[in-house]
Amino acid sequence: MKSNTNVNRSTVYKVISVVAIGIFAFLFAFPLYWIITGSFKTATAINSPTPQWWPSEWVMDNYQKLFSRQVAPLWEIHIPFAETSFAGPEVPAALRWLLNTVFMGVVSMILTCITAAMAGYALAKKRFIGRTIVFSAIVCAMALPKQVILIPLLREMSSLQLYNTIWAVIFPIVGWPFGVFLMKQFAEGIPGEMMEAARIDGAGEWKTFYTIALPLIKPGIGALAIFTFINSWNDYFMQLIMLSSTETLTISLGIAKLQAENATDFGLIMAGASLAAIPIIIIFLIFQKYFTKGITMGAVKG
Amino acid sequence: MKKKNPMSRALVRRETIAGYAFMVPSLIFFLGFVIYPMIQCIITSFFDSTMNRDDIFIGFANYAELFQDSVFLGALKNTVIIVVVSVPLTCIFSLWVSSVIYDLKGPVCSAFRCIFYLPVVTGSVAVTVVWKWMFNNYYGIFNYVGTNTGLLKQNINWLGDEKFALGCIILILLTTSVGQPIVLYVSALNNVDQSLVEAAQVDGATKMQCFWKIKWPQIMPTTLYILVITTINSFQCFALIQLLTSGGPNHSTDTIMYYIYYNAFKLYRYGYGNAMGVILAIIIAVLSAVQFKMAKTD
Repeated sequence: MKSNTNVNRSTVYKVISVVAIGIFAFLFAFPLYWIITGSFKTATAINSPTPQWWPSEWVMDNYQKLFSRQVAPLWEIHIPFAETSFAGPEVPAALRWLLNTVFMGVVSMILTCITAAMAGYALAKKRFIGRTIVFSAIVCAMALPKQVILIPLLREMSSLQLYNTIWAVIFPIVGWPFGVFLMKQFAEGIPGEMMEAARIDGAGEWKTFYTIALPLIKPGIGALAIFTFINSWNDYFMQLIMLSSTETLTISLGIAKLQAENATDFGLIMAGASLAAIPIIIIFLIFQKYFTKGITMGAVKG
Repeated sequence: MKKKNPMSRALVRRETIAGYAFMVPSLIFFLGFVIYPMIQCIITSFFDSTMNRDDIFIGFANYAELFQDSVFLGALKNTVIIVVVSVPLTCIFSLWVSSVIYDLKGPVCSAFRCIFYLPVVTGSVAVTVVWKWMFNNYYGIFNYVGTNTGLLKQNINWLGDEKFALGCIILILLTTSVGQPIVLYVSALNNVDQSLVEAAQVDGATKMQCFWKIKWPQIMPTTLYILVITTINSFQCFALIQLLTSGGPNHSTDTIMYYIYYNAFKLYRYGYGNAMGVILAIIIAVLSAVQFKMAKTD
């Protein structure tokens, strides 16, 4: 009898909890719903104290306003050490911001994956002098708040003449040691015998890495790639400090500026927020599996 | 002394050269854009440093000033409040959610996980601007729902009122910080040794006992990791403050991170800002060490 009531009680607990969590999940998703529907509402619907839970009228006004606000060339390519540069066609500034953000994300992702895969492999598999020191430095740096170094970083970027260029945001992201740490976790799993066998077959260091290690840590690289992309997309603080002119802004920064200039035009701001949030959410949903794996791998032995 | 490394000298040399050859690309970025600025941060904290002028060495004056600066002390207090409230809540909430959803059917579990992760992916700026709207005095849904259900007598200026602003910030911070712990807990709970759980059930342990006596110790490393990362995240709370309240009203939502930003990029007091950065780094290092120690002795 006793065990029976126990089972009943735990089932009841479970059902109640699932319902409660369902409600929480709804509340968590609500801001996103509010961003997207808000961006299609009319000005009167937004500026009334009674909210419209579902837009009675769907309009594109907010997006039109967003796109007609400012213009910027779609791209600009500067030839190093020369005065010449090539500029793309004039487009709404928001599109330029989006392109900047994608460029920043993709370049950070590629650079991080290449450097971290190589370094993680070396830390896991090479018994070199100073290995422990390098690894401790990496772990310590990971625990420190990134923002602490922003003031010196800003001065460094100015003296390198990188201030107000997208590179000022990309380089510190690549330098951030989490990727190396994550790749080391994955590279630990490479069987030593396989590397030994390759060496006996006469493969050099690079060839061993390229043909043996790289295919084995590919899932890890996938995880790191998506992780870096999403993090750089949302790395607001760094962008805020390093980028200042209309042509160099990222989409997050663009919305923040939009909000500072039109504090109460919520429709316009929501249109900007949708533009920033929807692409990254789609990417997240597509690569969700890798992402989850990356987060959990980073925590093992964390 | 035991001879621990039987590798020949030639092999050590080869391994070292190869090791550094693989490390170099990463080390350039790591040393150049993480370690160098960190060292600079510590050095500059001893200088009176601003724009367009050479730095003047002033010893510990920045640090001495910090502990007499009532705004800094207020910011420190707010930061501590944010950490003390949000870290336990984040951990408890995510443990509860994960313990319920981890053994649900695959798609249901991952749907829940996904939804709780959404605010993280959406990005601090997009999330913040929509919350700003929802908290708005006239057009926000909080006031609408509150007054219509009779919970509130009149509209509240949530972000403009010293009594509520910090609470609102903590609420938003919570929604953006439970995503990662839930993912971690779900995978940790799925990795718990099932044979132990079954053995306990055979011996007549209740579900509660199973959880606290068997699963909880096994997910302890995950808990520790979550504690450390949520603590660091709460300390770094910046975008919310900058976009929602700018530290106001009347400095009631200043945090250390925001005050560093304010000093460096509004007042151009680089040295003073760096001194705060050093203090913040020390606090976080000490806290992380304490958390590790506590988890080890438990």
